Amino acid sequence: MKILVCIKQVPQKDAPLKLNDSATWIRDDVSWEVNEPDAYALEEALRQKEKHGGEVIVLTAGPARAQQVLREALAKGATGAIHLEDEKFVHLDSANTARAIAASIEGENFDLIVTGLQSDDYGAAQTGVLLAEILGIPHATIIIGIEKTDTGLHLKRELEAGHYQYIDLPTPAVLTIQSGINKLRYATLIGIKQAKTKPVRKVAWAEVEGRLSKNLQQIERLYIPHKQKQTRLIDGPPAEAAKKLVEYLRNDARVI
Amino acid sequence: MADTILVVAEQREGRLNRVSFETIAAAQSLAKDTGWSIEAVLAGDNLSAPAAELASKAVARVHALEAPALAAYTSDAYVHALKAFLAEKQPALVLFPHTYQVRDFAPRLALALDRALISDATGCRFENGKLLFTRQMFQGKFSADVSFADDTPSATLRMATLQIGAYRGDEAQAGPENTTAPVEHVTAAVANTPPRVTPHEVFQESGQEAKQAVDLSQAEVIVAVGRGIKEQKNLALAEALAQVLHGEVAASRPICDNGWLPLDRQIGSSGQTVAPKLYFALGISGAIQHIVGMKGSRTIVAINKDAEAPIFEIADVGIVGNLFDIVPALTEEIKKATA
Repeated sequence: MKILVCIKQVPQKDAPLKLNDSATWIRDDVSWEVNEPDAYALEEALRQKEKHGGEVIVLTAGPARAQQVLREALAKGATGAIHLEDEKFVHLDSANTARAIAASIEGENFDLIVTGLQSDDYGAAQTGVLLAEILGIPHATIIIGIEKTDTGLHLKRELEAGHYQYIDLPTPAVLTIQSGINKLRYATLIGIKQAKTKPVRKVAWAEVEGRLSKNLQQIERLYIPHKQKQTRLIDGPPAEAAKKLVEYLRNDARVI
Repeated sequence: MADTILVVAEQREGRLNRVSFETIAAAQSLAKDTGWSIEAVLAGDNLSAPAAELASKAVARVHALEAPALAAYTSDAYVHALKAFLAEKQPALVLFPHTYQVRDFAPRLALALDRALISDATGCRFENGKLLFTRQMFQGKFSADVSFADDTPSATLRMATLQIGAYRGDEAQAGPENTTAPVEHVTAAVANTPPRVTPHEVFQESGQEAKQAVDLSQAEVIVAVGRGIKEQKNLALAEALAQVLHGEVAASRPICDNGWLPLDRQIGSSGQTVAPKLYFALGISGAIQHIVGMKGSRTIVAINKDAEAPIFEIADVGIVGNLFDIVPALTEEIKKATA
């Protein structure tokens, strides 16, 4: 199978974030990592390749810094990479991101496209589904099991509240992958070395710009969430804080 | 329907998904500011029963969009049927609950109509003739006000999905006494080609049912751990705390993904929803997907090294610090206090 994995670089989970001057996005000077569900999508693609042969191409859209997630994916075993390299890609809505991806893979004929079910930054959970619509191919979301069949794919979908469903669909197709579908691997030293020689195809903004439309939604303002509750914060060394907390739970909250 | 909010309700096997009432509540709240009327649509087959339930609420009309091809959900059939329906009706705004099913088809539907879908909103309001949706961003560290580009009062087919739990379904107003909204049965448009996805039965893991392992919804005290617990062996700290409080240990998704705790102890949108008397969030940052499963808890205690963690937004009491120092001290204190 020829598999495309769409991954995104997002701020590290613990990274303190600051608003940009116009309060519409975050400042860029933070630590970055690969979006977690995308890491699971990559792992699943690598496993499918190991079982059935083929290639795994990773793709990301973002400025030069985003190349880091491609290098990591190549070190883990991806065979090639595509980098839509421009700061402007960060500010596309989901539909335009999907259009840019579709434009950049024209003629590549992937059998399968996988991506995480949503991003840890915007969290729209739309790009993968929209990519399928643009490419005119079927899709399935929140997948936690993939089995190749003679006619396509046999998939396990997660539904809400502990329910599941098996579905079949033909390829080519787009799947959005749920975290936890597999166990992530680490890159090996030899993998890291090999990654340096693997091809990264760069796609410039100008190459796909003509295929984009106006963003149909926009962030007016980004802000620290309004506090829903008055939180009593307890400080002091551990033993003292623990004591104060127990007093609170006994005397104020009356729950122990 | 240019002055109408259309609520796309959800059913499975003829049973109404109760979150549909949350979406109605959202529409009713927004209608106060916009003056728009509210209608609902339900896609499926043989929908009289769930449609009647919707019609008991204060909505102007319920459309039962029916075809045998819609009996079992597929994105292809849903997109085809709803696209034709929406293109004809042109409501000002289409609201969906942000369920797994909606996440599966609504983006395609919006794009097929060349419209934007604002997804997973926690609120919506009408300000200066413009709709603004609140969304949680960066795993809840920020909120955003999101709008449709070039929004004008006469625009149609704005589309948005609402986070489960953002509105209260029990606050959806019923219709005036002894009246129900008219239900209109509409024959859904069906494509000439069969859906590309073949769905099979929905099921629960037999292991989960058979074991009847743990019903967290019945626990009075829950000690939940997140990534901050770092290693599986550190779960012992949480177990010790749970033991002195006669509570249950639970976790956020990454812990169960790692296999450190079974899936039936997972709290959040893909796991269980709980509302115990006392909830400890140990090393849990408070991503939206976790919060929706526990925000109804009476007293929430957060212990986290990151003072900016969103969990502190909803905690009643919190300690910013190292849980590996604090939790053992806490267990000792509780032992003393309850001895």
